[in-house]
Amino acid sequence: MADFDAANALLDQVDAARANATPLKIQGGNSKAFLGREVAGEVLDTRAHRGIVQYDPTELVVTVRAGTPLSELLAALDDAGQMLPCEPPSFADSATVGGMIAAGLSGPRRPWSGSVRDFVLGTRVITGLGQHLRFGGEVMKNVAGYDLSRLMAGSFGCLGVLTEVSLKVLPKPRQCLSIRLDIDCVRALSKLAEWGQQPLPISAACHDGQSLYLRLEGGEGSVTAAHQRLGGEPLDSVFWRDLNEQRLSFFDEGLPLWRLSLPNNLGPLELPGEQLIDWAGAQRWVKSESTEIHALAQSFGGHATCFTHGATGSPFQPLAPTLLRYHRQLKAQLDPQGLFNPGRMYAEV
Amino acid sequence: MNILYDERLDGPLPEVNKGELLKALQHALPDLDILWREDELKPYECDGLSAYRTTPMLVALPRRLEQVQTLLKLCHQNNVPVVARGAGTGLSGGALPLEKGLLLVMARFNSILHIDPAARIARVQPGVRNLAISQAAAPFGLYYAPDPSSQIACSIGGNVAENAGGVHCLKYGLTVHNVLKIEVLTIEGERLTLGSEALDSAGFDLLALFTGSEGLLGIITEVTVKLLPKPQVAKVLLGGFDSVEKAGRAVAAIIAAGIIPGGLEMMDNLAIRAAEDFIHAGYPVDAEAILLCELDGVEADVHDDCQRVREVMTAAGATEVRQAQDEAERVRFWAGRKNAFPAIGRLSPDYYCMDGTIPRRELPAVLQGISRLGEEYGLRVANVFHAGDGNMHPLILFDANQPGELHRAEALGGKILELCVKVGGSITGEHGVGREKINQMCAQFNSDELLLFHAVKAAFDPQGLLNPGKNIPTLHRCAEFGAMHIHAGQLPFPELERF
Repeated sequence: MADFDAANALLDQVDAARANATPLKIQGGNSKAFLGREVAGEVLDTRAHRGIVQYDPTELVVTVRAGTPLSELLAALDDAGQMLPCEPPSFADSATVGGMIAAGLSGPRRPWSGSVRDFVLGTRVITGLGQHLRFGGEVMKNVAGYDLSRLMAGSFGCLGVLTEVSLKVLPKPRQCLSIRLDIDCVRALSKLAEWGQQPLPISAACHDGQSLYLRLEGGEGSVTAAHQRLGGEPLDSVFWRDLNEQRLSFFDEGLPLWRLSLPNNLGPLELPGEQLIDWAGAQRWVKSESTEIHALAQSFGGHATCFTHGATGSPFQPLAPTLLRYHRQLKAQLDPQGLFNPGRMYAEV
Repeated sequence: MNILYDERLDGPLPEVNKGELLKALQHALPDLDILWREDELKPYECDGLSAYRTTPMLVALPRRLEQVQTLLKLCHQNNVPVVARGAGTGLSGGALPLEKGLLLVMARFNSILHIDPAARIARVQPGVRNLAISQAAAPFGLYYAPDPSSQIACSIGGNVAENAGGVHCLKYGLTVHNVLKIEVLTIEGERLTLGSEALDSAGFDLLALFTGSEGLLGIITEVTVKLLPKPQVAKVLLGGFDSVEKAGRAVAAIIAAGIIPGGLEMMDNLAIRAAEDFIHAGYPVDAEAILLCELDGVEADVHDDCQRVREVMTAAGATEVRQAQDEAERVRFWAGRKNAFPAIGRLSPDYYCMDGTIPRRELPAVLQGISRLGEEYGLRVANVFHAGDGNMHPLILFDANQPGELHRAEALGGKILELCVKVGGSITGEHGVGREKINQMCAQFNSDELLLFHAVKAAFDPQGLLNPGKNIPTLHRCAEFGAMHIHAGQLPFPELERF
């Protein structure tokens, strides 16, 4: 498919939805449809609105239409020796840039590089009033007005139809080396807390119950020095893609899969099911039929999301009543008719 | 156009009876320090944008969260506007008081509550100074990365409210990238926790929305920040260039070589001369532009990158490239840049600091435009520039004692910001809109976008009591502004000659 500006068609569909008060189910490549609650609505497909609008590698900024395949964006960056440091997962070849922003999921590098939202510089959004507006921009620093662009990241399309996004990108590291250390989880987490306070070029850290998997990224000198210091067995870097895309055997079908986002440095945790530790402990995957995962995550100071479609009626962590009220008030202001993905995150929003 | 609150343009403010409000506050909060006498209020009449002053009706200086909560509830019930203030160092008038409003000073909340080196976080009260966090973290080899130039005095609550930056943003990000969690009180006195000690949170990213919201959505009562391990080494290279274009090309070439410097600063000839005269940093005073490139990280990488940057600068046409030979010289190189503002202050009785951002490729054209505008307005402009992230700080030299010069400087400043918007940039990179750039917001955003901003505000503060008149202009103000200014690069009467 060729690059195409289909913004007007998207606007027309939103206008029709407004006129008929029909909710819209915003959809890109449907690669993350398993996340969140069911949405009843007419499908608004963003994929005709595609293409890289502007990319100048020396500016470290790329502007891209929401319906562009994520793989196409990543390939363009790769050609220029650059990358999206937050390493968003695709989950399917069909994944789009818009869906990547809406889901706001980041990969193994996230604790060191920042999240999807951290790399958002600007957006264009169709609002619930049927207006196509622009927020933020293509510059690194911009504090004019409220930061609606970063608000869009992770909002699952509930606040507007994202049509275009400008992202900060960075050069790929000069050197990348992955290693496996056969140490147990207790020792691994304690070492990670220690290493975290030192200028070591760690850019991914996962423990699967048996081994600690580390990725070192930086200049030749720092990576070599860190490798000499840490030792370990060489590891094929494809491990990180398999982890990110949930292709490791841990992620094979079975019990409901939960993602726990937790404070740094909690140490080993007893969880009601098999677990896989990522983000040096700040993200833990658990396979469990327990109905107490949200409460458990909250007791640790974090939150949980169910990644298995249909396993629970409320996949996202319930919000405190006051916070929920402000979510509803914000939704009511930006999408007064409740047209965009109603109930995708929470029944009330 | 005066930028002080103008009810005709900015909307009517509720009438508040000072005596009754004072009595009600004293009754509800007998132990709250409240200033109400004219001479006590005077020191609070402005923030870092000292050209504009308004005496607040009352100043409250709470020490406890419960006091703030009760105060907000009372103001909410009685329809009293509330302007929050931290250390008062902001440069855009974000904490400019209102005659008909209460100034809520959060500076006494100045305790560092907890530093957790293993988790690399610090939990602090909003009045804690930016630099104090790094000082408290230093024994653990950690620091808080964002370093606005006022970091010795500015408070973290204000940093969050303004989404403050600094010279290391390209590599280490803005405040929004370095804050994990904030505790907030709404105008109704409700407590909200936004973010968490985990790396993300459930629901909408209200932490991002509140960061940089300039005190219009809620009052920040606690901040949890990320700490980073201190880089092992930092080295600085100075490159001299005989044209701004070549310096700009060198910046692009450094990035193209896959290098992200910790800091990358450019100064033009007027700024170089002023700084050299003041600090004796060893800058080449004949250069049209210099670049200061700081590389930090692990020693071996920094060594390699220094070599690369040296080659890149030379290939881009640098007339000389010097690496600071020792720590003393590195500090001296930076001292010139960090003292550029006071150095320029020595050239001129007054100066006005702008804060626009542009896509870097537009730099030569924008500098030419600034120079042309400067001639048009008969004022000199020196340029210092966070070249890595496209954040310009043109400094307009003027003399407030000469009739009309302040006005001319402001008008020139406005034109410079509109030029930034025209080339795809922004009117403010890190200082905030506040009151200072309220008119230029009309050039950056159209009326539908501004209305959406007002809608966001209404979700949290429907009565508009928190910091009214800041950050987002009314459409009425924009209509007035548009009638007399260029909008988005289009002159209203292009056939007329302009001086």
